[in-house]
Amino acid sequence: MTKWLKESGPESDIVISSRIRIARNLSGFPFPHMLKEDNGKDIANRVYNAVIEGNESLGKDFKLVEMHSIDKVDRLNYVEKHIISPALAKNTATGSLLINQDESIAILINEEDHIRIQCLLPGFQLDNSWNLADKIDDLVEEKVKYSFHEELGYLTSCPTNLGTGIRASLMMHLPALNMTGYINSILQASSQIGIAVRGIYGEGTEFLGNIFQVSNQVTLGITEEEIIKNLKNVGIQIIQKERYIRESLLKDKKVELEDKAYRSYGILKNARKITSTEAMKLISHVKLGVVLGLIKDSSLEKLNQLMEMIQVGFLQKYYKSQLSEYDRDVKRAEIIRMNI
Amino acid sequence: MICDECKKRKAVVHMTKMIQGHKEEIHLCEVCAKAGENSEAINNFSIPSFLTSILDANYNSNSTLRGYGVTNECSSCGTSLHEFKESGKFGCDECHIVFKERLNPLIRRIHGNSNHVGKVPKRTGGAIHLKRRLSYLKQKLQEAIEEEAFEKAVGYRDEIRELEEEIKKT
Repeated sequence: MTKWLKESGPESDIVISSRIRIARNLSGFPFPHMLKEDNGKDIANRVYNAVIEGNESLGKDFKLVEMHSIDKVDRLNYVEKHIISPALAKNTATGSLLINQDESIAILINEEDHIRIQCLLPGFQLDNSWNLADKIDDLVEEKVKYSFHEELGYLTSCPTNLGTGIRASLMMHLPALNMTGYINSILQASSQIGIAVRGIYGEGTEFLGNIFQVSNQVTLGITEEEIIKNLKNVGIQIIQKERYIRESLLKDKKVELEDKAYRSYGILKNARKITSTEAMKLISHVKLGVVLGLIKDSSLEKLNQLMEMIQVGFLQKYYKSQLSEYDRDVKRAEIIRMNI
Repeated sequence: MICDECKKRKAVVHMTKMIQGHKEEIHLCEVCAKAGENSEAINNFSIPSFLTSILDANYNSNSTLRGYGVTNECSSCGTSLHEFKESGKFGCDECHIVFKERLNPLIRRIHGNSNHVGKVPKRTGGAIHLKRRLSYLKQKLQEAIEEEAFEKAVGYRDEIRELEEEIKKT
């Protein structure tokens, strides 16, 4: 099972997962959107061989998943687990995925770039994620020739990834900052220092489930270590602010917090039909209740998993059928009642 | 003022569209504006269009200065500068070299910098590793001289000479 969903890592009261993604391209081939099908397959083979033959223990741990060989539901499922991007899921001609057993390391082949190495670990552990990604990168590079330019660094298909090609990100649960509106000042301040904070899951202005993704914007003219250090520092600042507000809410508004958490818990335990928007919101309230010790009979791991289990792809995979929107809401409520 | 779309209701949304210097004004009523919210006119923010807007600002100001023989197409994959502006994507690694001079301002706007200082491929980046080591040693040499640590400085100087020889060979 997916490591970041199964376990909770350091600072898991706030940080759900830490991700490093590095973009690489093979020299002498057009970038994926210009690639002919046989070239795309050639690239997938080369990367597969580099990883599988490059190292015996890795070889045993990884499997190849070609996008055309799995169905739509499975692809959607990988997207919802944040393992692949919608863009890769769409590329059924040449898109492939190399993935290890606990799904902490994924190598996306022929997405926007030929290779995207992604390490996804539970909790706040950017350094570990980076060390892992760095190692895999070296391993692949032993067998293939990367596109690299002395001034521009690793050459990527989009100019926003040039240089190091690295995108480091934290997935954070920030209910207190969002509830009190302080999140907006964090959004503003972060953008000024090259860090983007955005709501995930949600569309438009609503931040669904109080979950935010914090990531670096600049990739060129700065070292990998600096990028990670900067993001870590911003992460620590946000953790401290979120904790501080949680504490003061607990002091001044304990009954209100308890009320909100238990009401949400009650609905989730008893609802017979629920939309994902409502479920995400309620699970977030219960999570806060669990972290603050107000609710004792649920756990963070369970709730994190639940946030995944209520997504469309998961439901369809679990019930092995295409579900209408109405049926999904019914099945979603059922799965919540069974698991919370 | 009445709505440009339905020509019935009062226009309450006023937009100015600028496309390559050409200005177009659109006036819509609330109903038509809402209906068109997903249309390109209002909701056309995307990475490519954002990149293009940055690029155009630089590109136009330079275009009159371009000399003859400057190509607008990548010799390797055939992607044109125009296509890059449309999609925001390079076609291959050669595009980066072909369009480098013209895209430098864009790269700077995105990253605030246009010089890579991070990781270098182990196997293929040999000469770059040496050059980086050289500039590191030169800096160390300068520091040693300023501190009047002449013995250290001599060590650095010798290492620099060796390294410069090695770089010449590669």
